Amino acid sequence: MTTTPRWRALTQHHLFWPVAVLVVLLLINVPFTPDFFSIKMTDGHLYGSLVSIVLFGSPLILVAVGMTLVIATGGIDLSVGAVVAITGALTCSYISDQADQDSLSGVFLALGIGLVAAVVCGLWNGFLVARMGIQPIIATLIIMVAGRGVAQLITDGQIITINSEPYKLIGGGYWLTLPFSIFVVAAVVAVTVALTRRTALGLLVESVGGNAEASRLVGIRSMRIKIMVYVFCALCAGIAGLMISSNTSAADGNNAGLWIELDAILAVVIGGTSLLGGRFSIGGTVVGALVIQTLTTTIYTIGVPTQTNLVFKAAVVIVVCLLQSPKFRAKVFGNKFGSGAGSGAKGGGTSAATPADTAPTTAAAPKMEVS
Amino acid sequence: MLNRRNFLTAAVGVAAATGLAACAKKDEGGSTGSGGGDGKIVLGFSQVGSESGWRSANTDSVKEAAKEAGYNLKFSDAQQKQENQISAIRSYITQGVDVIAFSPVVVTGWDAVLKEAKAKKIPVVLTDRSVETSDESLYVTLVGSDFTDEGRRAGKILEKVLEKAGHKGPVKIAQLEGTTGAAPAIERAKGFKEVMDADHADDWKIVVSQTGDFTRAGGKQVMAAFLQSNPDIDVLFAHNDDMGIGAIQAIEAAGKKPGKDILIVTVDGVKDGFIAMSEGKINAIVECNPLLGPQLMEVVKKVKNGETVERWIKTKEGDFMQDQAKAALPSRKY
Repeated sequence: MTTTPRWRALTQHHLFWPVAVLVVLLLINVPFTPDFFSIKMTDGHLYGSLVSIVLFGSPLILVAVGMTLVIATGGIDLSVGAVVAITGALTCSYISDQADQDSLSGVFLALGIGLVAAVVCGLWNGFLVARMGIQPIIATLIIMVAGRGVAQLITDGQIITINSEPYKLIGGGYWLTLPFSIFVVAAVVAVTVALTRRTALGLLVESVGGNAEASRLVGIRSMRIKIMVYVFCALCAGIAGLMISSNTSAADGNNAGLWIELDAILAVVIGGTSLLGGRFSIGGTVVGALVIQTLTTTIYTIGVPTQTNLVFKAAVVIVVCLLQSPKFRAKVFGNKFGSGAGSGAKGGGTSAATPADTAPTTAAAPKMEVS
Repeated sequence: MLNRRNFLTAAVGVAAATGLAACAKKDEGGSTGSGGGDGKIVLGFSQVGSESGWRSANTDSVKEAAKEAGYNLKFSDAQQKQENQISAIRSYITQGVDVIAFSPVVVTGWDAVLKEAKAKKIPVVLTDRSVETSDESLYVTLVGSDFTDEGRRAGKILEKVLEKAGHKGPVKIAQLEGTTGAAPAIERAKGFKEVMDADHADDWKIVVSQTGDFTRAGGKQVMAAFLQSNPDIDVLFAHNDDMGIGAIQAIEAAGKKPGKDILIVTVDGVKDGFIAMSEGKINAIVECNPLLGPQLMEVVKKVKNGETVERWIKTKEGDFMQDQAKAALPSRKY
């Protein structure tokens, strides 16, 4: 057995398993698409499978990053899909009313309107969860259900098609030969990591997630932190909504961001953040979102029959979740991968202290103890 | 207190006035329409709701056609709820309309209310969607699209498209399916395959087929993946225009010319689809027509006169090639 200390350290790194799954998924594509990893220049921008994975995965990464912080406080936000739809609908309907859809000022104003709407949704969620003490799954369910109706009301039940070059850049355009959305995602992720890991903010979020009452008693403003993460999550969803509508140059109130909340939660879980709250990993979430997008692309490229799409997806997700479970690894692989994981320095005691109101735990969730 | 009372009085007053006005209007219409005795057909129509552009076009068509035919149309919107629709149908029965027509929100659960209509001898016509009943005599006919035939027509029109493009040799087809399990998706794929198996078993081949969920975003994403795994696709068959429009964007991002490098056939015929076709990006569109108002009115008249009609009256639908796109575009209502 090659259980050298370095190998051990590597396998016990919290990003090891998500990254391993991502690599395996990418490699699966190679026999089906021999030039899967090739990237070539087309029409002045890079083009290839990897580029499309990042391009189409960008909205999911954004939503999942926002979701990570909400889940870190022990909450959950089901409304992100509806926020995606509302933001896209508002922005596109504003732009479509403009005489000159290419005017920069008009587009910026439209972006502003869309994002303000997203923030309002976030404030509402935060208010219900933090001030009113409603369980997050219920509080955010309201906008999840009603929001899509609002979006359809804005678009009048139609798909609004726009023809605005500046707006198209956000989700469908290219800058420096790369999809512009990559830069947006990179900026949001960088700001989030800086805010949560370079300041005390991340620690505060984790402590609220660990035990909101105890945090309040030691002087942390739990309520304010909670409202903040819901607003942040909605803002991320709003930016994702801009990307999705910009990518197809159309706002579809009915379908934009449909079920993205579930993919986002999955991405967070695959990334190793505990659904019980109290701990999170932004890097893990980004990898998790890429795993999901790669999985989707893989389904399309290897030709899984349409009817069995979801079964295939489920099977992969189960494998990923099992691989993440230290107990499972210990049983199957013996001590090589199993021991030690899940009991890292900052690991102990979070789940025990978590309040019981975190209802939306999946079967795999308690096993997501990756430090 | 006083305010509230005033308000109530005002409200009642307004309601009464509106009612009177409506009556006056109706009388007027009756006398001009038929001179002596009121021979106007009264049609009660309950619509599903207004969930899509297709649906609103459908509603407008029914309203316009009724006006043109000189029927007295009683219209109600069920807002996607079966209970609304049942209560609307019940009220039509109580009012004793001549014919009831409706687009059922769901497939089952209609037996009771349809039996009430039958007991009052009011014929029922279904539009667009069908129902499952224990007793087939509960409705007279269905006016709606034949999705399987739309698939067949797509196959047939593809022959023309290939001929026009001068394509020789084997044809590699990519198919963007609708939402998995939805009737239009299953039946359009079935119809297309029928044509393929019957006439082109040797030269046509569906190399990839995936669901794009009837959406633009889905179409774009799936097509981007198709182009990676099968860069030599000749033809795209999309189950609706929106997926086709999404796919066009993916094809363009791959540096290919939609409509030239990859020939595209779609179903539906929404306005945006026709715009894309007039730009040369879609080669042919098989129409799925929501404008079934005129046909419905004809059927209603026959049913009222006691004539026998077919069980399923298929919507009149056209097929459009690129050269017809520009001419047809201004008349697209949805």
